[in-house]
Amino acid sequence: MSDAIAAAPEGHGHSLGFLRTYIFSEDHKMIGRQFLLLGLLMIVVGGLLALMARWQLAWPETQVPGTRWIPEPYMFDGYMGPEFYNAVFTMHATIMIFFAVMPILIGCFGNFLIPLMIGTRDMAFPFLNLLSFWVGAVAAVLMIASFFVDGGAAASGWTAYAPLSSIPTYTGVDWGQDLWIISLMVLGISSLMGSINYITTVVNMRAPGMTWFRLPLTIWALFITATLLLLALPVLTAALGMLLFDRMAGTSFFLPSGGGHPLLWQHMFWFFGHPEVYILILPAMGIASDVISTFSRKPIFGYRSMVYAIMAIAFLSWIVWGHHMFQSGMNPTLGSAFMISTMVIAVPSAIKTFNWLGTLWRGNLRFTTPMLNALAFVSMFVIGGLSGIYMAATPVDIFIHDTYYIVAHIHYVVFGGSVFAIFAAIYYWFPKMFGRTMNETLGKLHFWPTFIAFNCTFFPMHILGIGGHMRRIYNPLQYDFLQPLQHWNVFITYSALSLGLAQIPLVINFFWSLFAGRKAERNPWHANTLEWTAPSPPPHGNFETVPTVYHGPYEYSSPLVAEDYLPQNRSVGPGSPHAAAAAR
Amino acid sequence: MPWLPLNASTYGADIDSMFFLITWITGITFVLVQVTLLVFLFLYRDRGTRRAYYTHGSASLEVVWTVIPSIILVVLAFLSKAKWDEIKVDTPPGDIRVEVIGKQFNWEVVYPGPDREFGTGDDLTIDNQLHVPVDKVVVVSLKSIDVIHSFFVPQLRIKQDAVPGRTISVWFEATREGVYEIPCAELCGFGHSGMKGLLTVHNQTDYDAWIEQNWPAPAVETTAS
Repeated sequence: MSDAIAAAPEGHGHSLGFLRTYIFSEDHKMIGRQFLLLGLLMIVVGGLLALMARWQLAWPETQVPGTRWIPEPYMFDGYMGPEFYNAVFTMHATIMIFFAVMPILIGCFGNFLIPLMIGTRDMAFPFLNLLSFWVGAVAAVLMIASFFVDGGAAASGWTAYAPLSSIPTYTGVDWGQDLWIISLMVLGISSLMGSINYITTVVNMRAPGMTWFRLPLTIWALFITATLLLLALPVLTAALGMLLFDRMAGTSFFLPSGGGHPLLWQHMFWFFGHPEVYILILPAMGIASDVISTFSRKPIFGYRSMVYAIMAIAFLSWIVWGHHMFQSGMNPTLGSAFMISTMVIAVPSAIKTFNWLGTLWRGNLRFTTPMLNALAFVSMFVIGGLSGIYMAATPVDIFIHDTYYIVAHIHYVVFGGSVFAIFAAIYYWFPKMFGRTMNETLGKLHFWPTFIAFNCTFFPMHILGIGGHMRRIYNPLQYDFLQPLQHWNVFITYSALSLGLAQIPLVINFFWSLFAGRKAERNPWHANTLEWTAPSPPPHGNFETVPTVYHGPYEYSSPLVAEDYLPQNRSVGPGSPHAAAAAR
Repeated sequence: MPWLPLNASTYGADIDSMFFLITWITGITFVLVQVTLLVFLFLYRDRGTRRAYYTHGSASLEVVWTVIPSIILVVLAFLSKAKWDEIKVDTPPGDIRVEVIGKQFNWEVVYPGPDREFGTGDDLTIDNQLHVPVDKVVVVSLKSIDVIHSFFVPQLRIKQDAVPGRTISVWFEATREGVYEIPCAELCGFGHSGMKGLLTVHNQTDYDAWIEQNWPAPAVETTAS
């Protein structure tokens, strides 16, 4: 790592050439931007897949507009068959989780922010970082390629429950499922490289004075997330390996005919899968904390509780996986144990919510676009958290398991939570990332329609779930008891289409600001954390001189200074020990 | 709430009351949190004249909002456990026994026949038709021959996965006569949607008549078809 520090300033003066600056860059900021671009590209693919599925659910077996070009046997002159429908929702979830939200939250913001916010010149292992992106990009290509092989893409759900996923004749999907497995294994390698890098960097390369409890919550969240990734992904990779062996080498890990057990897959998948849920939400919580503190002009309420809550969630996330399996045939007595651990994990989430409210209390709130998105995160995360209690309560779960109630819940957490935090992060750090300011009017024109359309899309899914509407069905009209609910499916689809359209202002704002936005100053939001002391955008090597840290990250409206912010690297008085006191 | 399907089983009422209890708790929490949020957003908006109150938090508040949710959640967990045990752990012996076998994309229903024993020559196998009497405990032995399916009867509030290689017992006691759909609730392939059986809950007289008409006669040895 000392190499990285030593080498970085040399990069200042001379140019590395196009290829090493933009394509095979070892600079954490460029790699972050690459992950952002990859994630945004994939979110468009995932979103279009969602809209196709929604069309089918609202108006089953009618022509989906704009899809007549898709050849048989996927679409039949614009009509979607059930095989392709299964592939569509499988790939929607897979792409959104693994190739949109993870690359953006962790790949982009992890890479971009960790060195800048802890005050160092780059990641500990810049070349590993480069590899991490390009291996991830290969995984994305493999995943997309699976649409074009014989039999089409994976169609066994993003959870790939065996034996449906283990024998090609059960789904009619052959190479698509294999590529799905291989792609996620390759992506696992990418994430592993990333997480090793993040952990090493945070542990070893913090700026002088940057003690653990002066780290911004975004960094705490990303650090803990990286440890979750490090420990969880090998389990998924192992399970995927076994599944691939079952498919290709005639083994029977998950097949009862050969002595295996289908539930083994579920245990392994969810042992990875539940930490994965927190991998998707913890960085979002960190980002929301930073944005809310900045625009409340007030220290985060209960900083240490926030840190301990992240740790508690991360720890507990390892012992709740069985709540996905209450109705699976797992010993029902075990269900009660998982119910209790699941109830317990709700407590640190509640603590975080109350601390966000405490941060707003008597603040001086500025409703910028990043702030609006962060507030939406809090508000929507509350809904996603509360709806989770229904599933934790085992008797109620009997009824709502595998219904749209679950679909509503996951989307309130991952869209209402993670994606609103992603929006907040894009608007907040765009000036630092690209050196230009995004347009506030367009930002609000993006936020409000998105917020409304989001709720119109996903809230009624609770109603469908309570009505018993199963998830992953191709045509709800095949069931008599779902007929009276069909108008909700139509309403949801109109809302989902609006939600798609509501993203147009973001696309315009993003690209317009990228090339023609107002030049950003160093610290446009008057924030405290170290990235704002670097130029916008920071050059290779980030800082003119590596900053020394004197305070915690949230010294807003401190009585020590006249302004309402106190950057972490500004000592109050010459070398004053009071500065350290203020960091409490 | 009018949205839950009409309940037609004994423990369905328990599940519904649990559902409403959680709805009250989460509903009140939801309103309190969102209203507080909105009030704060209004009260503390930047009006250019104030400075934010400088505080790093309050240890006693942290204790309050750790302890209160913990108590509520622990109580919920214990209430849930009692009902869960009744439904899924302590399966009663049952008045009626049937086997339901999931296969792509049908529910194969096996009745024991007049000798009340499975695996004998007088078993009766019918696809997608489950007939039971009202007010009797029915124990279903769930199996699957290919992939995982899930036996779901919304009106009975029952759902249980059928796992290949396993036999899983699940019970219900229907309280209301009628015909109910049995959708498969676990993705099981391209025919998953539309995989459904019909549960007919008869009164005792109709049930006896149905047996009379459909089950093989006790004396005559027939092969299950």
